[in-house]
Amino acid sequence: MKKKIRWSLVLGAIPFLTLVFALPFVNRIEPVILGFPFVLFWIVLWILLTPPILYAAYRLEMRRDKDKAGERP
Amino acid sequence: MTLALAIILVVVLSSAALGVYAGRRQPLSLENWTVGGRRFGVLLIWLLMAGEIYTTFTFLGASGWAYSRGAPTYYIPIYGTLAYVISFFILPKLWRIGKQRGLHTQPDFFVAAYGSRTLGVLVALIGIVSIVPYLQLQLKGLGLIVEVAGGGAVSPEVAISVSFVLTCAFVYTSGLRGSAWVAVIKDVLMIAAVGIVGIGVPLKYFGGYGKMFKALIAQYPGHLVFPGATPSLDVWWVMSTALLTGAGFYMWPHMVGSAFSAKSEKVLRRNAVIMPFYQIPIVLVFMVGLTAFLVLPGLKNGDMAFLTLVQKSYPAWFLGFVGAAGAVTAMVPASVLVLFASTLLAKNVYQGAFNPKADERTVLRLSRAMVLIIMTLALVFALLFPSALVNLLLIGYDGVSQFFPGMVLGLFWKRVRTAGVLAGLIAGFALVVGLVFTGHDPLFGLNAGFVALVVNMALAVGISLFSKRSSMSGVV
Repeated sequence: MKKKIRWSLVLGAIPFLTLVFALPFVNRIEPVILGFPFVLFWIVLWILLTPPILYAAYRLEMRRDKDKAGERP
Repeated sequence: MTLALAIILVVVLSSAALGVYAGRRQPLSLENWTVGGRRFGVLLIWLLMAGEIYTTFTFLGASGWAYSRGAPTYYIPIYGTLAYVISFFILPKLWRIGKQRGLHTQPDFFVAAYGSRTLGVLVALIGIVSIVPYLQLQLKGLGLIVEVAGGGAVSPEVAISVSFVLTCAFVYTSGLRGSAWVAVIKDVLMIAAVGIVGIGVPLKYFGGYGKMFKALIAQYPGHLVFPGATPSLDVWWVMSTALLTGAGFYMWPHMVGSAFSAKSEKVLRRNAVIMPFYQIPIVLVFMVGLTAFLVLPGLKNGDMAFLTLVQKSYPAWFLGFVGAAGAVTAMVPASVLVLFASTLLAKNVYQGAFNPKADERTVLRLSRAMVLIIMTLALVFALLFPSALVNLLLIGYDGVSQFFPGMVLGLFWKRVRTAGVLAGLIAGFALVVGLVFTGHDPLFGLNAGFVALVVNMALAVGISLFSKRSSMSGVV
């Protein structure tokens, strides 16, 4: 069987990219957004976006569990 | 008695009473006492885990860092968020193995995955050495909060001693279920206190966040971007620290133990999905620290910023409310820490190393007795040698993070070998101790614990790859 990409893991990588590896590129005050210096705005934004991302991963994992259960005799 | 003090006393006493009551109808067994009979649903798990990430550090340390260091503090909500993402992928499988094999503690998992009692005992010892200073920190923070909030009417020694007795009482009788129930009160109070102060204080002094940031940007723009006020804590430090502590969060023995208490894998997954929202109150705490930075410049101890600002801005009864929230915020994590340090000592050190034939009743009895002994130890340190464990505290997080390769590889990689994990763990932990105690943290701008973790992981993977392929009694 061909090994499929586990998309939930790809989704899980997004917070690491945005909240860690992007930091050197967003380390500035301007533009001030909603009153927040840009770097803090960026961090708060991606913290708030992580639950929807993980929810999508949750749906994928649930489907994966179901498929796996179906494969068993 | 002042009104503030009365509020603190009522809240603390009723919390402890609820904690004792929580275990009333649960038959006493190791399974019930340590992992709540593995019956916690989404709500209790959420409250418990939220109860554990918000310690007195939230009130004092995060606002203190925002005050004295500025931007590097942003690493705190980042690492919390990463920790939940990691937990989404590792806890369900860990839970399943825990359920199948009846595991109660983190060293239990190492013994199951690697079949090595030596590894189990080593993990237990590193875990205990990391937990005790953390426990003492909770007691110390509690003493400070109650002293300020009570208007100096109660000495920190009295506050610490009273909370010590109360916490021991509900851990001893109810185990983890007691902590989870007290966490209900704690979370409500804490969110209310942080919400009111975090929104109220910038509003009162500046008319809102936007105007507060405007004032900060005009006067101290450097405070809001990395490296803030501390040149050695630049963006690379923030990145490596967020990765290290994010990986390390669920490596604390009490976090692994709490994960076992869930009712199902699904509960843990759902919890991981919603928990990042819970990082937002930390951002509110930053606002308090940043406001204090402008309003109360020159505080000697930045950790006092939150309390001093509340004292300056609110009536005494509200200070009592914050004090009560702070006190329970110390008691919940303290109770879980002491519970798992005790179980580690009784089950994984005593039974694991000295008396493998000890039955479960003996282990349970010993665990409960150890609660008193470990709490007393932390109390003695907090009262008599308040700064003696500061060095140990520095290595706590870095130390438990070194369990990461062993946990993750043990869960997901068939080829992992005990020798690799053991060598990695020993090297990683030795490196942490060496670097921190010789003042080499940060090293080349990176968090020293992160450097140690990279070495640890490389050794664990490298040695496993070079070992002979042989059958192993793992869990994968």
